[in-house]
Amino acid sequence: MKILTANRLSDGIAVWYADGGWAETVDHADLAHDKAAEDRLEAIGAKAYAANEVVDVNLIDADVVNGIVEPVRLREKIRAAGPTIRNDLGKQAARAA
Amino acid sequence: MYRYDEFDHDFVQARVAEFSDQVQRRLAGEITEDQFRPLRLMNGVYLQLHAYMLRIAVPYGTLNGKQLRMLGHIARKYDKGYGHFTTRQNIQFNWPALSDIPAILADLASVEMHAIQTSGNCIRNVTADHFAGAAADEVADPRPYAEILRQWSSVHPEFSFLPRKFKIAVTGAERDRAAIQTHDIGLHLKKNAAGELGFAVYIGGGQGRTPMVARKIRDFLPEADLLSYCTAILRVYNLYGRRDNKYKARIKILVHETGVEEITRQVEAEWQELKDAELKLPDADIRAIEAYFAPPLLTDRPDGDAAVKLARLDSKSFSEWLDQNVVTHRHPDYAAVTISLKGIGEVPGDASDNQMEAVADIAEKYAFDELRVSHEQNLILPHVARADLKAVYDALVDIGLATANSNLISDIIACPGLDYCALATARSIPIAQEISRRFASLERQREIGELKLKISGCINACGHHHVGHIGILGVEKKGSELYQVTLGGSADENTSVGEIIGRGFSSEEITDAIEQIVETYLGLRLNSQEKFIDAYRRVGPAPFKEALYAGEAKAA
Repeated sequence: MKILTANRLSDGIAVWYADGGWAETVDHADLAHDKAAEDRLEAIGAKAYAANEVVDVNLIDADVVNGIVEPVRLREKIRAAGPTIRNDLGKQAARAA
Repeated sequence: MYRYDEFDHDFVQARVAEFSDQVQRRLAGEITEDQFRPLRLMNGVYLQLHAYMLRIAVPYGTLNGKQLRMLGHIARKYDKGYGHFTTRQNIQFNWPALSDIPAILADLASVEMHAIQTSGNCIRNVTADHFAGAAADEVADPRPYAEILRQWSSVHPEFSFLPRKFKIAVTGAERDRAAIQTHDIGLHLKKNAAGELGFAVYIGGGQGRTPMVARKIRDFLPEADLLSYCTAILRVYNLYGRRDNKYKARIKILVHETGVEEITRQVEAEWQELKDAELKLPDADIRAIEAYFAPPLLTDRPDGDAAVKLARLDSKSFSEWLDQNVVTHRHPDYAAVTISLKGIGEVPGDASDNQMEAVADIAEKYAFDELRVSHEQNLILPHVARADLKAVYDALVDIGLATANSNLISDIIACPGLDYCALATARSIPIAQEISRRFASLERQREIGELKLKISGCINACGHHHVGHIGILGVEKKGSELYQVTLGGSADENTSVGEIIGRGFSSEEITDAIEQIVETYLGLRLNSQEKFIDAYRRVGPAPFKEALYAGEAKAA
């Protein structure tokens, strides 16, 4: 499965495409189960990039774990959570709060 | 220290205005990312995993209290309360919003700082010995020459689009603390038999995926010829350096592929055309820049010896800090202090906003308002009266920066790694933290003695692993982090590239492996005076391989 991720232009914060918009957490990102769905996400990403909403747009591998979307690669897991050495920073900080 | 003249002020202000306009136009969608990316990189703005990153230049690692206080202010107001000092004597902020960067640059300009040429294929921040101006073993302060190089290289029209980035380092002492042989150009300031100042010139050093030790191409270059000779080197590189392959574009590859004799001939031929023209440095100009770096007036403070003796008796921890983090100054009543940013289990090179402000206060009160950033990711107070050392120590204890581990195994260089960096393939910082905790006992660290451990989270080698006595390189293998160990590297006047010792280790295994290497060294050293690097050079890799892998061979 694939999900669409990018960084927001204005502040660089990592975002994931979910439910018609760019979410600040990966949890409910739109999942592409087949090539057609991947193409759809890619087109959304290209459009948002062209519209100067986001930069560094990528389709990445993801799984669903306990109903929550989780990236597969460590790099993307860290992007989705924050630095592993500072639980008070990044997305994980809001979750802990 | 150097003060901006009118030209510098206007130049930096103009750049702030220009880049602010570019940011505004980008945010308004008037320019595309492809158009903006090279512009933001020229101004030190990267995009990392979680956010943008801003790299701010600290020319030759020199700061004053006001500047460090401003960095603390930026950390608090625009970032997340901390900054990261880097191996190029710079500082990085990991979370700035693009929309805040114009304001940050304006704040920086107000204290004569900027982020110009901290990225891109240009001549980067010139680095220097962090004890410059204070070291007892120094021939002369290398920073005036670093400043001359900074002025010459700033938006140099011919050298703003080189095949690849270009790094210059300068040392003024025989004992090389600036790692000059790992740079594109390394300059060793020295005196000839006639007592005149000049440089031994090295070129083609570098780390990354193809580590190379620089080659000396000139034993003595008169100081007046600094710019003409560097121009000749850069011209040869700009003309012949490879632009077809990013990984072969550094001057080290050109030196290697051309051969040092031929490239020396080319540089010398180019120099013949340049040496007696407008790039020749007038003596008055060198002396004028030198005057900016005139040392503070160090009045005699003969009370220092007695004060230090008394304080030693009073406090074992002060005594240990004195032994480890305080070095001899050219003035006998003074000392240079290393403020370790490597507290046990802390992130190497990180300092909080409060710590930055407190260190700025200490520098203003006790250290003639002078500070340095070392390439080993520590802060330095270059001039402290010995009589004031206890007061400085106490102030550092209050902010958690009195760890007495300079040059010991927990004084680790580590790149940001996969916790922050978009290029990284593995994490560096957690490995550094775990090793630091494993060797937390200062007594044990002192028993081990000088040991430079350096960790990179990818082959680009920002963590200098190639030149660590023990180097660790994190890579990704089959989706997991794997750590390769190199031994025998060194970044001083006897620079060497470490050798890969064998198969890599998982993140769970790596600290045990490092401990095994250290125990092996302790078992084979001739005596407690034989440092790790010297013992390794004497015995080679075999005993370490045996200790790490013998069990596997037998099992197989």
